[in-house]
Amino acid sequence: MVLLKEFKKALLTSLWFVFLTFPIVVIKVDPIERTVFWRWQNAFYMAVGTFSIYLLVKFYQHRKENQPKSSDAGENKLPISSLIHRILLNPVQRNIFIGIVAAISIVFPHIFSTYQTNVMTTALMYVVLGLGLNIVVGLAGLLDLGFVAFYAVGAYTYSLLNLHFGLGFWTVLPIGGLLAATFGILLGFPVLRLRGDYLAIVTLGFGEIIRLILENWGKFSKGPSGISNIPRPGFFGMHFNLEQSVLYTYYLMIILVIVTIFIVNRLQDSRLGRAWIALREDEIACQAMGIDKRKTKLVAFSLGAFWAGIVGVMFAAKTTFINPASFTFLESAIILSIVVLGGMGSIVGVVFGALILILLPEYLRALSEYRMLAFGAILVCMMIFRPQGLISNIRRTYKFEKKSPPPVR
Amino acid sequence: MKQPILNVTNLTMDFGGIRALDSVDLDVNSGEIVALIGPNGAGKTTFFNCITGIYQPTGGDILLSLPNKSKKVSLKGLKPNKVTERGLARTFQNIRLFPKMTVLENVMIGRHCRTKAFIFGAIFRTAATRREEESILETSYAILEKVGLAEHANEFADNLSYGAQRRLEIARALATEPLLLLLDEPAAGMNPQETLDLDHLIKQISQEGQAILLIEHDMQLVMSLSDRIFVMDYGKKIAQGTPAEIRANPAVIKAYLGEEVDA
Amino acid sequence: MDYFIELFFSGLTRGSIYALIALGYTMVYGIIGLINFAHGEIYMIGAFTAFIVATVLSVYGFPLVSIVIISGLAAVVWASSYGYTIEKIAYKPLRHAPRLSPLISAIGMSIFLQNYVLLAQTSDFLPFPTLFPDLEFMEPIAHIIGTTDVIILVTTIVVMVLLTLIIKFTKIGKAMRATAQDRTMATLVGINVNNVISATFIVGSGLAAIGGMLVAAHIGQINFYIGFLAGIKAFTAAVLGGIGSIPGAVLGSFVLGLTESFATGYVSSDYEDVFAFSLLVLILIFKPSGLLGRASNEKV
Ligand SMILES: Nc1ncnc2c1ncn2[C@@H]1O[C@H](COP(=O)(O)OP(=O)(O)O)[C@@H](O)[C@H]1O
Ligand SMILES: [Mg+2]
Repeated sequence: MVLLKEFKKALLTSLWFVFLTFPIVVIKVDPIERTVFWRWQNAFYMAVGTFSIYLLVKFYQHRKENQPKSSDAGENKLPISSLIHRILLNPVQRNIFIGIVAAISIVFPHIFSTYQTNVMTTALMYVVLGLGLNIVVGLAGLLDLGFVAFYAVGAYTYSLLNLHFGLGFWTVLPIGGLLAATFGILLGFPVLRLRGDYLAIVTLGFGEIIRLILENWGKFSKGPSGISNIPRPGFFGMHFNLEQSVLYTYYLMIILVIVTIFIVNRLQDSRLGRAWIALREDEIACQAMGIDKRKTKLVAFSLGAFWAGIVGVMFAAKTTFINPASFTFLESAIILSIVVLGGMGSIVGVVFGALILILLPEYLRALSEYRMLAFGAILVCMMIFRPQGLISNIRRTYKFEKKSPPPVR
Repeated sequence: MKQPILNVTNLTMDFGGIRALDSVDLDVNSGEIVALIGPNGAGKTTFFNCITGIYQPTGGDILLSLPNKSKKVSLKGLKPNKVTERGLARTFQNIRLFPKMTVLENVMIGRHCRTKAFIFGAIFRTAATRREEESILETSYAILEKVGLAEHANEFADNLSYGAQRRLEIARALATEPLLLLLDEPAAGMNPQETLDLDHLIKQISQEGQAILLIEHDMQLVMSLSDRIFVMDYGKKIAQGTPAEIRANPAVIKAYLGEEVDA
Repeated sequence: MDYFIELFFSGLTRGSIYALIALGYTMVYGIIGLINFAHGEIYMIGAFTAFIVATVLSVYGFPLVSIVIISGLAAVVWASSYGYTIEKIAYKPLRHAPRLSPLISAIGMSIFLQNYVLLAQTSDFLPFPTLFPDLEFMEPIAHIIGTTDVIILVTTIVVMVLLTLIIKFTKIGKAMRATAQDRTMATLVGINVNNVISATFIVGSGLAAIGGMLVAAHIGQINFYIGFLAGIKAFTAAVLGGIGSIPGAVLGSFVLGLTESFATGYVSSDYEDVFAFSLLVLILIFKPSGLLGRASNEKV
């Protein structure tokens, strides 16, 4: 009986979607040739697709309702999430896990082609970008939609300083990061007292302003045609051929990822990290507990920007060519998707998120066309079905001996 | 002899056309429990919001006497975090914990303004930082034991029962080492047993020398705890005195009866 | 002087379009406190539907008047359906979620819809059929105001008047105002808040679709990405006027339209979009309550 009702609803829903998508999905016009194509098969696919998705969602909701609530975290865990949690909470398993990951990272470029290594390097850059944005969005709860601006600052810092003053990669790497962090502070000062949704829009505006300036101020940035022949990273004046250079960049990124994870992990477990999370949870209570809201937010904002700047320098050095088109709002949205998919505030989650979102479309060529479509869908679906992300953050717990407080981890 | 801690004079707060506080005077001495009572909408919570810097009052002054110093500092115009740093800590009428942090972490947040570690200390985990973290943990755990929540230390705050959440708010405020503790309806929504426990807890904290300013509707609790009582109605202070005096005050009876007739 | 008047009218035209879109932002914000980031895409889908229907009809040789009417109706019907469906899918489940969740969902929806149109149609700019030929009696003033501008202005005014009447006098309009003022109270007095929210999305989307069709016909081309910039600018207008306020949205739109028109006419057109974005940033920072909005402070 219930089943029949759901079935009927599914049918109605799919009919509604056939109607809804009809003009855009079925009809295609060529206004120049003045011809009309009727793609009726698409209506059929749409009907079948919506029907199945509807039933799937209902099934999922049904199962979720009938599941007994687990008490400790109050959330249902994905198998992958609980597996990772188990591994990370057990020191032996954790060390084995880290060892395996390290071994794979080291041999990866020797097993796979230069092209694959390059793709992996890109994915690693997104890992660091994701970890940077994770400080801002995941920990401090500040929705920054203009994150890409800081990435652009880093990339242009390297390109321009190299172009005009011949400064090398290693000199500019810290400069790019610090300059981006400074930008973060400058932009942060006025905007951080805004409410969350306004902050999001203002940062989006800032991101677009920076891109538009780069596009229009040709004298400064060479405009839309961009800057080319940016040198790849060097190593004490040694000269690499292309293949070696790819290898070298890959290992640099691995090191950067390790350093970033180390630092973000320590920050998260510190007094500052707790203040960020408290700020995310309740701003007013947080202030009433003696936390300086402005300062705490600014630090999060500028630290996030710092990593974006660093990756920006890496990006310019890796691709040897940059132009404003690499720094659109969509880029910010991709990084946001990584954080949201992986799990806001969760380091392991963000790493997984970046690898999935960047590598999957790369290897499943058929998917790459649907990449941005999927990113959009991911943002919506994660918010509705799994706001804590694939691998939710592990809250740190403390053990106490009764009555004798000295705590151990 | 009792030292004055808080001196509020002529505190006034306007919201657009509405005057929520009208020249309210109030003072608290060290070691005292002072109650602030009045019908709903009288302006009690607004009074807390004004003295803790969450709202900027339209007029009046808020003076805090620091221990062992003759000079008083004004809290007016300070940001909420500065007020807490100076020594006022509060709980909220509508519980405002950090729901997705553990019970222990909620209390550890209270230690924030008494500790220093920053980016450098966090990243390099210097000896000083480690010592500080340890002391934060110890103090926070001790406070949890005091309010009877130690066994829940590693649970998420939003998994606690209502009464336990209220006690956690008190613990979090205590962690800031306040000169004066402000409690906004701590017994609201509690069952009789929880209220009784709360009564003991507040007495215990008070015996340790903690000055407390308490907003509460539960008259039994107020009468049992308070040294002095201030009564507000429609934004004005209408009476002040010992519990016995307040019980006999016609203006107070009228304010409360008026409310009952309304309801 | 003619140049000034020309700029003035072109500013009014811009302002009208912004107003049609901004109303959707402001109405939704007024009722559920959400920045409906996907609203620009509704506008784009409205324009695209009008484009497809109009082209089909013109290929099959329908007379111009019927093309205008049918494609306009189609744009409104479909855009409203999208608005309604999007609310049900992406926002309704998040009504009690933390404030940023629906916003992230809206951003996802916006990206999804852009790419949905891109994949189902094309990424190229497509020529929009001529819907409004230059009228003969407009000839003498054609150098300061074109036929399309007049049509846009008149349509906007008619639509605004209709909207005002709906909100002032119909049952659903009154329910909208009540819900915007206090949702809990509205529920208590028996208003079905779900219906009100749906109606808000339907009306807002319909207005955006009209705007989309008019702009596309005016500019003469269309693309899957037009919603982003138009959406941001209309949002700027809504914030400028005071988000949540309907007269504010209209006022803000005309102020933005006129300023843009004069700035590009007298100063430079290179930085047209930088100007709009800077305005957005400045208002949000210095006067987030806008021209007609009320400043609110959170009750603690
Ligand atoms: N942020 C605010 N904006 C407008 N009016 C407020 C605000 N906060 C409190 N008020 C008004 O101030 C008056 C006193 O409220 P409150 O202090 O909460 O009373 P109490 O805590 O005594 O019950 C009420 O009329 C309330 O509506
Ligand atoms: Mg109150």
